[in-house]
Amino acid sequence: MQVDLQSIHKTFGPVHANAGISMTIPPATIQGILGENGAGKSTLMKILSGFILPDSGTITLDGRPVVIHSPADAISLGIGMLHQDPLDFPPMKLLDNFILGRKGGLFPDRRTATRQFLELAARFEFGLSPEAYVDTLTVGERQQLEILRLLWSGARVLILDEPTTGISQPQKEKLFATLKKLAAQGMTIIFVSHKLEDVEFLCNRVAVLRQGSLTGVAEPPYMTKKLVQMMFGKEIALSARPSTAPGTTVLSLSGVSLEGARLQIKDVTLQARSGEIIGLAGMEGSGQSIFLSACAGLHRPVSGRIALASREATGRSHHYFKKQGVAYLPAARLEQGLVPGLSLSDHFVLSEGIRGLFIDRRRATELAEQRISSYNIKGAPSNTVESLSGGNQQRMLLALLRDPLSLILLEHPTRGLDIESTIYVWGKLRERCAQGAAILFISGDLDEVLQYSDRVVVFFAGRVSPPLPAESLSVESLGELIGGKGWENLGSEAAGA
Amino acid sequence: MPEARVSHALIQVGAVLLALLLTTLVLLASKAPPLAAYLNIVLGAVGSWEVIANVLVSWVPLLLATAGLLLTFTVGLWNIGIEGQITLGAIFTTWALRALQTSGMNPALIIALSFLAGIMGGALWAMLAGTLKTFGGVNEIFGGLGLNFVATALNLWLIFGPWKRPGVASMSGTVPFDHSLWLPTLTAQSRLSPSALLIAILSIVVVYSLIQGTYFGLRLKAVGKNPHAAFLLGVPTWQYMMASFALCGVFAGLAGAVQVTSVYHRLIPSISSGYGYLGLMVAMLVNFRASLAAPVALFFAALNVGSIQLPIVLKLDSSLAGVLQGTLVLFVLLAQGARQRVMKKAPRR
Amino acid sequence: MNGEMILVGLAGVLTAAAPLLFGVVGETFSERAGVINLSMNGTILLSAMGGFAVALATQSVILGFLAGAAIGALVALVVAFASITLHQSQVAVGFVLTLLCRDLSYFLGNPIMGETGPRLGTIPIPFLRGIPFIGTLLFRQDVMTYLSFLLILAAWIFIFRTRPGLKLRGIGERPAAAYVRGANVNRLRYLYTVLGGGLAGLAGPIYSLSVKAGWKGTISGLDGIGWIVLAITIFGGWSPFRVALGAYLFSLLQWLGLVLQPALPGIPSQVLQVAPFPLMILTLLLVNIGNAEWVERSLARLPGPIRRAVARALRAVNVTPPAALGIPFEKE
Repeated sequence: MQVDLQSIHKTFGPVHANAGISMTIPPATIQGILGENGAGKSTLMKILSGFILPDSGTITLDGRPVVIHSPADAISLGIGMLHQDPLDFPPMKLLDNFILGRKGGLFPDRRTATRQFLELAARFEFGLSPEAYVDTLTVGERQQLEILRLLWSGARVLILDEPTTGISQPQKEKLFATLKKLAAQGMTIIFVSHKLEDVEFLCNRVAVLRQGSLTGVAEPPYMTKKLVQMMFGKEIALSARPSTAPGTTVLSLSGVSLEGARLQIKDVTLQARSGEIIGLAGMEGSGQSIFLSACAGLHRPVSGRIALASREATGRSHHYFKKQGVAYLPAARLEQGLVPGLSLSDHFVLSEGIRGLFIDRRRATELAEQRISSYNIKGAPSNTVESLSGGNQQRMLLALLRDPLSLILLEHPTRGLDIESTIYVWGKLRERCAQGAAILFISGDLDEVLQYSDRVVVFFAGRVSPPLPAESLSVESLGELIGGKGWENLGSEAAGA
Repeated sequence: MPEARVSHALIQVGAVLLALLLTTLVLLASKAPPLAAYLNIVLGAVGSWEVIANVLVSWVPLLLATAGLLLTFTVGLWNIGIEGQITLGAIFTTWALRALQTSGMNPALIIALSFLAGIMGGALWAMLAGTLKTFGGVNEIFGGLGLNFVATALNLWLIFGPWKRPGVASMSGTVPFDHSLWLPTLTAQSRLSPSALLIAILSIVVVYSLIQGTYFGLRLKAVGKNPHAAFLLGVPTWQYMMASFALCGVFAGLAGAVQVTSVYHRLIPSISSGYGYLGLMVAMLVNFRASLAAPVALFFAALNVGSIQLPIVLKLDSSLAGVLQGTLVLFVLLAQGARQRVMKKAPRR
Repeated sequence: MNGEMILVGLAGVLTAAAPLLFGVVGETFSERAGVINLSMNGTILLSAMGGFAVALATQSVILGFLAGAAIGALVALVVAFASITLHQSQVAVGFVLTLLCRDLSYFLGNPIMGETGPRLGTIPIPFLRGIPFIGTLLFRQDVMTYLSFLLILAAWIFIFRTRPGLKLRGIGERPAAAYVRGANVNRLRYLYTVLGGGLAGLAGPIYSLSVKAGWKGTISGLDGIGWIVLAITIFGGWSPFRVALGAYLFSLLQWLGLVLQPALPGIPSQVLQVAPFPLMILTLLLVNIGNAEWVERSLARLPGPIRRAVARALRAVNVTPPAALGIPFEKE
C-alpha cells in the first residue's frame, strides 16, 4: 500500500513537533526514519497509527485520502504499529493476546485461531507457543507475537518503533529476515530507529527528521557521515572550555553491573573527580538513566562496588548518598523533583533539613528570598511550585541543592529551556565545579554535551563506552557512537565491556 | 484569583442545595413532612440548653477522630481502621480503670492514667494497621477494616466474657464505674464534661499547628503530595507514614477514653458509635483543611443529636442525619470533580 | 448432631452463600474492568430494604428482586460516573456511598420494619432431590440459590471463554493495549460497573426475601456483609471459582460459629458470630504477603530447595489485581 503524507503539522503548546512533513512511501519498501530524540519521529508515527490527529495536512493511502481517528481505525485501514514496548497483555496467554479485539461471534474459535497462528508463525520461523504466557516471553518474542497479530488483522503497512532495543542478536536477524520477506510480498514497512547500522543494513530508503522537519532523504549506498549530519546538524564553533585541574576522586565505580527492565549494563568501571564534568550521551533508553540512578543510590547494582570519596557506598540508601554530598535532579521536574501544592519557601525549608519543632516563618522567607534572588527565579516565596515555568522550576531544583556538594547528578538539566535559562543553569553548575563538585549529566543535545563536558561517556543498548575526552570528539563522531557505530575503535580504558 | 474563589464558593453552595433537595425528596418518598422534619432537627439541636449540651457531648469524640484523621489524610492514607482504634482506646481505658479502681489512689490520678492507657491502646492499634501496610503489603483500607472487626470481636468478648456483669451478661455493657471515676460534668444531669471539651479543642488546635506550623507537618504534606520527590528531598517516607498512623491512634484513643469516662462510664458493645466513619466524612467535606474541621464537626454533631427527636415526634428514623451528611459529602465530591473537568477544558492562558 | 442435621445445615450454608455469590461475582466484573465499588456494604443494605419494600407493596417476589437489582445498578452508576467521568477517587466516592446507602436504608425502611412480606419458596427439583446426600444438599434450594450455582459457572465461562470476556480482562490489565485493539475502554467500564452493581443488588433481596426474611433495620445483621464481599473478591483473585470458594468458606465459618456454640461455652455467642469477619479480612494478609519487598529479600537468602518450595507456595496463594484497577484511563 502506498502511503502519502502531505504537510503534516502538529503542535503541542509551544512545541512544533511536526512542521509540515511530506513524504511518499511506496509499497514493497522498507522506509527508515532517523532522528534524534525530540525530532518528531514518534509524533509522526502516532499520527499515522491513529493515536493523535494532525493539526493540518493529509494522509493518503493508495491514492485515497483518509482520516484516522483511532488505532482501531488505523488497523481497519491496514496500518499496524509495533510499539517499542509492545502493547500486549502480560498475564494472558499468547493465543488470547492474538484473539483479543478480533471481531467475531460470542465464542472465539480457538482451534481455527491456533491453526492460523501456527501457520503464520511457521511462515516466519517464529518459535512461539500459543499456550504460553506473554510475561514469560522476551521482548523479541513479544514483538514477533505482535507482528503476527497485526498481519492477521490485515495490516498492509507496518510501523516499527525502535524495534531493536532490548532484543538479542539472533532475534534481530530473524526480525530483519521477516521484514525483508514481508516487503518482498508487497508490505510497506516503516522502520523508526536511531541505530545507524540497522537502518543502513535494512532500509531501501531513509528519511531524516530534525526538530520537526524533514532534513533530508537518502538511498543506498549510505554515507554515515551524511546521515549523522542530517540528524544532528552542522558543527558549531565551541567556546573555549576553561581548563580545570581535576582533583580527588569523588565517585568510583568498580565492575558495576545494573539490571533494568529492558537492558543490562555489565561491568562498568569509572571514576569521577572533583571539579570535572562528565556528559552521559546516548539515545533514551540506552542505559544512562539507570546508570545515573545507581550513582545516586536509587538503583541497586547487581554486582560491583560503588564508593564515594573512598567510602564504601554499595547498596546504601539514597539518603546515605545525600549525607555524603550527592544530589540527584530528575528530568521530570514537577513529577519527581518538586512537590506540587507546596510553596517555594516550603521547599527550601524541606531541603535544609532544619531541626526543631515550629517553622520559623521569617527565617524561611528570608532564606527563600535569598535563594530566589541569587538564582534569579521568577516567583515569590509564597507561590506554589507548579506555577513556575519550566526554566524557573529547573532553577528551583538547582536552588534546592545544598552546600557543599561533592557530586551532582542531573538528568536532562536543560530540557525544554530557552537559551538564556540554559546558559544560566550551566553558569551555576560551573560555579559548583569550581567549588569542587563533580558533575554527571545526561543530555540528548550533542552540542551541549560537547560544550560543557570534560569527558563523555556514550551509552548504546546497555553498552558503556570508556570516558572519552570531549576535545577528541565532534558532533559527527559522537553522533555515530550514539547510533552504535565506531565502537570497535574505542580504547578499552574501563567503562563497560 | 478572585473569580476562581467565587466559582469555588458557588460550587459549594450548589452542592449544599442539591443535598438538601435530595434529602427533601427522600422525606417526601417516606411520606414525611420535610419542613417539620428539618424544624425538629434544628429544635432537637438548639432548642434547649440540655440538647445543646448533648450536641457538645457528641462533638467531642467526633472532633477528636477528625483531628487524628487529618494527619493520616495529609500523608495520603485512608485510615478506615479509626473505628477500631477508638474501640481499643476505650478497651484500654476500661482495663486501666478496672485495674486501679480498688487501689485507693486519688481518683483524678486514676482517670489520668486511664486516659494514658486509652492513648496507648489507640496508638497501638493504629500502628498495627500501619505495619500491615508497610510490611505486609495489605492496603490500609482492608487492613483497617479487618482490625475494626477484630476490635469489635474483642470488645464483645470482654463484655460477654471476662468483664461481664455478675449474673447475666448484657448488651448494656460492663459494670458501670463508681461515680468517683466519672469525669466531672457541667451539671449533675448533663453528660458534658468541660475537661473532655477542652481536650477536643486542644486536639484540633494541636493538629492544626502541627500540620501548618511544624517541620514535621511540612514533611507529612510533602509525603502526601509527592512521595517520590519528598524522598529525594530527604524525607524518610515510610517512617512518616507510621508516625501519622501512631498520632491518629493517639487521638482515636482519646476519643475512646472520653466515651468511657464521661459519656457511658462503662464499656458497651458500640462504644465507638460510628464516630470514626463520621470523622472520615467530616475530613472529606472540609477537603482535609484543619481550620474548618471544628465547625463542620459541630454541624454534623448537631445533625446527629437533632435527629434523635425524629423517632419521638414524627416517627421517623434518626438516620436522616446520616442521609443529610452523606448527600452533602457526595455532592461536594461530585461538584469538585465537575469543576476540575470544566477548568481543564477551559482554554489555557 | 446426626448426619441428616449436618446435611441440612450444610445445605443452609449453600443457601446463605447465595447472596454473597451474587455480590462477589458482580464485584469481580466491576473490578476486572478496573473499577472498585466500595459502596458494596451500603448497596446490599439498600437493595435489601428496597427489594423488600417493593415486594411487600406488590406482593411479588420477582418485582422485589428487580427493584434490588435496579438499586444496585443505580448506585454503581454513581460510582462509575464519579470515577470514570469526573476522575474522583473511587475510594472516596465508594466510601461516602456506603454510609449514605446504609442510612437511606434505615431511614426509608423504618415504616416497614418488622413487617412480614412475601418469601422465596424452596423449589425441590423432582428427580434429583431423592439422591442421597447430594439431593438434600443441592436440590432442595430456592431459585436464587440455584441461580447462584449457575452464576458461578456462567461468570467463569463468560470471563474466560468468550470474546467479550477476553476484552474485559484486557481492559482491566492494560487499557492502552485494549484501546489499540478497538475497545472503548470507558464505555465498557461503565457497562461492567453497572452490571456488577446490578448483580450485587440482587444479593440484598435474597436476604430480605429469603435468608433473613423481612427488614429489621439496624439489627438485620447485614451490616458488614458488603465489606466481606470486597475482601472475598480480592482473596479469590478476581476469578469466579475462587471467589465462590471464599464465599462458601465464609458462610461455612458463620454456620460453624452457630454449631460450635454449645461446644465452646467459654466464648460468648456474639463473638463467634462476629469471628468470621476478621478472619476473612485477615486472609488478605496471606494472599498479599508475597508482594512485599522484604519477603522477596528474605526469600533470596533461603537455601535453594526451601526457597523454591516457599516461592511455589506463595505463588499459589498470591493474587495480583488487574493492573489498571483504580486508575483512570486517558487516551494520551
